Amino acid sequence: MDSRTCPWHALRFDTGGHVVKKYDAIVIGAGHNGLTNAAYLAKSGLDVLVVERNSYIGGATVSRELHKDWTYSNCSYVCSLLRPEISRDLELPRHGLQVVPYGGGITFMENGDQFGNFRDHERQYREIMRHSPRDANAYDRYSADVTKQTRLIRPFLLRTPPDPTSLKPRDLKELAMLARAFTEMGEEGLADTLKFWTMSVGDYLESFFETDVLKAHLAGSGIIGTALGVYSPGTAYVLLHHYMGDVDGTVGAWGFARGGMGAVSAALAKSLQAYGGEIVCAANVDQIMVRNGRATGVALKDGTEYHADIVVSNLDPKRTFLDIMAESDLPEDVVNKAKNFKIRGSSGKLNIALDGLPTFNGVHPDSTLMIGDMHFSDSLERLERAYDDWKAGAWSRDPYCDMLIPTLTDPTMAPPGKHMMTVFVQYAPPLINGREWTDEDRDAFGKTVIDQIGNYSPDFKDLILHAEVRTPRELEAEVGLTEGNIFQGELTFDQLLFNRPFPGYAQYRGPVKGMYMCGSGTHPGGGVMAAPGANAAREILMDLKRPNTVPGAYADD
Amino acid sequence: MSEYRDETMMLKTPFHSRVEAANELNEWDGWSGYTTPVAYTDVELEYFAIRNSTGVFDLSPMTKYRISGPDAEAYLNRLVTRDVSKIKIDRVGYVIWCDDEGQMMDDGTLFHLGKNDYRLCSYTRVMDWMSWAAMGFDVRIVDETSEVAALAVQGPTSCACLSAMGLTGLEELKPFGIKRFTFADTELMVSRTGFTGDLGYELWIEPQHAEALWDQLFAAGKHYMIKPIGSSALDLARIETGFLQAGVDFVPAQDTVRIGRSRSPFELGLSWLVDFEKPVFNGRKALLKESVEGSSYRLVFLDVEGNKPAANSFILVGPEQVGTVTSAAWCPTAKSNFAFAQVEAKYAEVGRELIAEIYYQRELHWTRLLAKCTVVAAAPFNPPRRRQTPAPMC
Repeated sequence: MDSRTCPWHALRFDTGGHVVKKYDAIVIGAGHNGLTNAAYLAKSGLDVLVVERNSYIGGATVSRELHKDWTYSNCSYVCSLLRPEISRDLELPRHGLQVVPYGGGITFMENGDQFGNFRDHERQYREIMRHSPRDANAYDRYSADVTKQTRLIRPFLLRTPPDPTSLKPRDLKELAMLARAFTEMGEEGLADTLKFWTMSVGDYLESFFETDVLKAHLAGSGIIGTALGVYSPGTAYVLLHHYMGDVDGTVGAWGFARGGMGAVSAALAKSLQAYGGEIVCAANVDQIMVRNGRATGVALKDGTEYHADIVVSNLDPKRTFLDIMAESDLPEDVVNKAKNFKIRGSSGKLNIALDGLPTFNGVHPDSTLMIGDMHFSDSLERLERAYDDWKAGAWSRDPYCDMLIPTLTDPTMAPPGKHMMTVFVQYAPPLINGREWTDEDRDAFGKTVIDQIGNYSPDFKDLILHAEVRTPRELEAEVGLTEGNIFQGELTFDQLLFNRPFPGYAQYRGPVKGMYMCGSGTHPGGGVMAAPGANAAREILMDLKRPNTVPGAYADD
Repeated sequence: MSEYRDETMMLKTPFHSRVEAANELNEWDGWSGYTTPVAYTDVELEYFAIRNSTGVFDLSPMTKYRISGPDAEAYLNRLVTRDVSKIKIDRVGYVIWCDDEGQMMDDGTLFHLGKNDYRLCSYTRVMDWMSWAAMGFDVRIVDETSEVAALAVQGPTSCACLSAMGLTGLEELKPFGIKRFTFADTELMVSRTGFTGDLGYELWIEPQHAEALWDQLFAAGKHYMIKPIGSSALDLARIETGFLQAGVDFVPAQDTVRIGRSRSPFELGLSWLVDFEKPVFNGRKALLKESVEGSSYRLVFLDVEGNKPAANSFILVGPEQVGTVTSAAWCPTAKSNFAFAQVEAKYAEVGRELIAEIYYQRELHWTRLLAKCTVVAAAPFNPPRRRQTPAPMC
């Protein structure tokens, strides 16, 4: 069987290479943004090809059976930010995608107590009250403030960031819209917003709460995927990034893609194919071909060439500009900016097949708290110390874990009564004291996490049937995320909006004519939103003077 | 002199002890004089139990009539608009019945239990009309609402739950089929029917075994994420799949007071249930006339732009009001903004664009929205598993 045969098999190549069929557009990378981008281009009638390095599609939105009868969402693992406008427009439900919300969450404490984040507001109030009556009430103030900030940012998710240096009418209009949104916040609101976008999640939470465990429970969202600590400036925004999604209008809610995150990419691929687009797997791009300052197609490592006037890279900015483009084809400043782009690896992941549901100290096995996100870091101090280890070039000895058991919600991912556990782990550095990770390091990292869980669950270790341990090394090697950074570049203010990935290139157009970017390294960033892919498609269609196929955002009022 | 009996205002279903224990929100409603739950724990999660695992709904208050006797089939063929002789024994048929003016009285499910032995389940009470219609037929009609306890078990893992409970071979039961099992030395009847548009079953048993049935079902369904659901979640599911609700999407003809407020099956999009091959049935003459002369209204399905549900909206063409929305919801699985509307018949063709006048409130501020909507042929949720036999297990 040809190695390029995959469920999304596209014809029109021969194994000898050099088949020349000219496409209208080629998208590099069948991750969710590449597929979204391709689907919108195909929807407009373009002849589109997606080339994927792996033998399977999805990038970091995959479902993989790595242990018989168990399905792992082995990279991204929960879903909230996926734009509902895109889901509906590309008919993803009809193509098999269902996002099922989950509730609850818990942080286990070292002293044997816990904080249970109940889905029901009144029940949550009583639980916070157990720790602090004042915090229980302050939670409402916190919710209102976070909601204010999400309302500011959400309308811009499906818009192209304006170029603040441009005098083009469209840029001026978009800038005015941005300015208006800010002005509507009022003077105090504006000050709060600027503070919010630059301050640390620790400082932010301390302006509301006094209870360590509550702050720690909430702070996790501020550091996930980010090589910063809870007291590092900029992490408050990362928290916002995790709150600005919604499931069916419930802003901030999260859900599981039924069948794992691969259901997202599978539905996108079906949508793309329904519009006539093609996908070819095991097609490892060596270089974006450029002639006379224009993109002309892609050359694979095996010598095959695919030609098109439009080439879209779904890879991160470093891989795009430093790996698959020739330095001689690029302006010097782009090469420098790509080199300086901040995309530090900070996390690892364990995917675990369990022979049954583990019991946790102090939690009833039927508790709804188990259905949500579970953590073991009960203070900001412990979280900051975890970051200290990363700075020292080691994985955290007392790591932050975002742990979920999707099989308490999704009946399709393990046999009945058995379970699958996903454990996102922070921090894990891209290099161990400056050297590459070894298999021994990986196993020791895995053991650190398993021991951490075992401290709170007496039967957990005995239930493990299989565990996949992924460090930044595996994430980079298998998924192609530089340093294993899950957002394709850090979500700090210096790399957001018209600075993402870098100033002058935030409107999805590359430095070479006909070359575009559509990955999470562009606005509005990562988190399985599909917004970068859709936004990039809108720009491409505009350049081609074709009617726009990308939907606008729902009014968020 | 008969003894004076004092009763509570509301009745309890045979499952009440279990329903009450599970109803953490303590949100109750009344249904035909019975206390029934609006929601148990969380409407959204209950809805997703129907679509992702298994939701269990106590439908004991559903009105149930036993119709038997030598003329039962002939009688029912007179009563309802479709050909009852085509509903074989151990099969269920979706039926509607009309008054003499061809106006819809209600819809329901007709269970063919044995030769000339049927059960009709309906939302409205219909004893009076059925008794009138029985004139000249040798039939016996008994209201057995309180004599049969019933649970709807709906969702992609419903077959797995019931199989785990010991109902072997259930996966081979076709949609609208009936299969009988023995449970606690009595008969447990299972039909592959429901009000969710999903894979699902309804369980029918004598009331004294209701609690034991509930307990065994929930024990068996634990690994399949079984969850009790209230009326709110069910309502969302039925809208998403395009099922009409009497009293919501049409007024049962016998209840209408004002002229022109009742609707015919044609107006409700149910012409496929009217079989003019039958020489005689109630309302035939009027319906035949309407089929020739055309209808005044038409119930349409609307795909509504944006994400604000078009509940209670006026439907406009230009400045003119041409209809009203009867049911509307943001559909969480289909990810669409869906509505049923009654519009003047001339605006009902598929593909037609209309405007829904939507009002919604945020922080005491009302906004009026004129949302574009398109008439679509079918409801957005219609998964293959609803029809698959053998039934899938998840």
